Amino acid sequence: MSLAPVPTEVVVAPRVMAEQRTPQRRRAPRTRVRVPRVPPRVSVGRWLTRGLSLAVGMALWQWAASHHVDLGIVQFRNVPAPTEVAVAAAGLLASPKLAFHVRNSLGRVLGGFAGATVVGIGLGLLIGRWKRAADLLLPPLEVIRPIPGVAWIPLAILMFPSSELSMVFITFMGALFPILLNTIHGVEGLDARLVAGARTLGARSFSLFREVILPGAMPSIVTGLSIGMGTAWFCLVTAEMISGQYGIGYYTWESYNLQRYPDIVVGMLFIGLFGMLSSLAVKWVGALLMPWYRLREPAR
Amino acid sequence: MTAPAGRLTARQLTLALGSGAARQLVIERLTLDAAPGEIVTVLGPSGCGKSTLLSALAGLVAPSGGTLSLDDQPLDGPHPALGLVFQQNTLLPWKTVEDNVAFGLKMRGQGRRARRTAALEMLNLVGLSGLGDRYPSQLSGGMQQRVEIARVLVNQPRVLLMDEPFAALDAQTRLMMQELLLEIWARVRVTIVFVTHDIDEAILLGDRVVVLTQRPGRIRETLPVPIARPRRAEVTTSAAFTDLKRRCLALVREETLQGLAAAN
Repeated sequence: MSLAPVPTEVVVAPRVMAEQRTPQRRRAPRTRVRVPRVPPRVSVGRWLTRGLSLAVGMALWQWAASHHVDLGIVQFRNVPAPTEVAVAAAGLLASPKLAFHVRNSLGRVLGGFAGATVVGIGLGLLIGRWKRAADLLLPPLEVIRPIPGVAWIPLAILMFPSSELSMVFITFMGALFPILLNTIHGVEGLDARLVAGARTLGARSFSLFREVILPGAMPSIVTGLSIGMGTAWFCLVTAEMISGQYGIGYYTWESYNLQRYPDIVVGMLFIGLFGMLSSLAVKWVGALLMPWYRLREPAR
Repeated sequence: MTAPAGRLTARQLTLALGSGAARQLVIERLTLDAAPGEIVTVLGPSGCGKSTLLSALAGLVAPSGGTLSLDDQPLDGPHPALGLVFQQNTLLPWKTVEDNVAFGLKMRGQGRRARRTAALEMLNLVGLSGLGDRYPSQLSGGMQQRVEIARVLVNQPRVLLMDEPFAALDAQTRLMMQELLLEIWARVRVTIVFVTHDIDEAILLGDRVVVLTQRPGRIRETLPVPIARPRRAEVTTSAAFTDLKRRCLALVREETLQGLAAAN
């Protein structure tokens, strides 16, 4: 899986560390200078260099694996070579098991993520807008926040009747805080003049939320959703390794237990692929929801 | 679309900002009466409390003394018949120009079709026909300010409160906007209270120029503007204009100097 740069049309702010607040986006004074947003042209030579870099990486891997290289602190004796991985991947792609694993994993991630979206945005709007809500709701959340989603696994198994629900809960915990914190941040960073202006035009609490506060916080919320999607996958895979029966994370771990080493790497690649695709989907939905946002971006 | 009446009265108005030891008197026992359809411009040295005064007239700042009334009804808090145009841009960046203009009507529960008709009419009035589907960020500063005016006028206010609405524009655009405002006013006949630190602007627009003192602001002098309407930018070179300008300049300078002396 190469980490090729994502196309520049993507609207969302660059990824920051999970659960870290995004830097406050201050409104720059409006200028009328408009920089045309043309994706930077990359020459053929640079593409060749990049392709070569990838090819060299693969070749090194192939060489290390096929020669069972042993460097003392790390050894490649049991590491499958790219060619073996390709064969295993073709096998999995042809088998009906793949759809089954993918469906299980996707269901869990989407379940936890959807829950985190509703709870995170809902609480975030309240906490960001009202001091009373912040005093009332934030202290217990702040206590829970530093606990990584993965650390919830044992307790989650004890708390939920089915292992399915406990895995969904773990992905929920993983995605909740990035979404919640970015929503709070987006609401607090909203320009007070926009709110005052809307109020003089007759906006009252509910309409103010719907028409001003939610859309104003949306860029920050989408950033939170995109980070949350990443952490949801991270938590899911770990949860599946421990308590799963199906799913891509489970498949990876099962392959290790059954000593089907090429399948481990195939599982890893699928996890990366689906994590990336779902983050892209979040960004794409964000871009659809905020056609105005890209327009103002060049003015910053 | 002529709105009924529009007399805005402030009696013995006193405004203070902050609380406790940080409490500052901004406006002291100020009495001002804007007649229906009149343009009153409020001129004063910077920091004299002009903007605070306007916020109070709009119901955004509660007075600590005195009374406010609109057509003899006491005012407390924002009133739909009072339209406020801000100094800086407060358009919602996620709404198109048309939706920004129609926003006030949406808040009052009007249907989509009625909103659209009214918004298009207003955009036409401010000279922005055909730009309704743009986003605010796609417009120049002067155009954005036209949208600000349109979205306040769409609510058919009896009084238009304007807080240095053209201060951020370049000189040429500002002049065009002043003429545009006069044209709109000639058609709509709304009462306007217009705060500015620009003497030319105050005289060009106003029926009366109210000069404030330094903080705490009181009325230093009220100068009627004896220049016939309709006015265009050319009147700024007339003898009557320059005469009045000289007097305003002297008053503002005097107040500014006293303010500096008091601060030292």
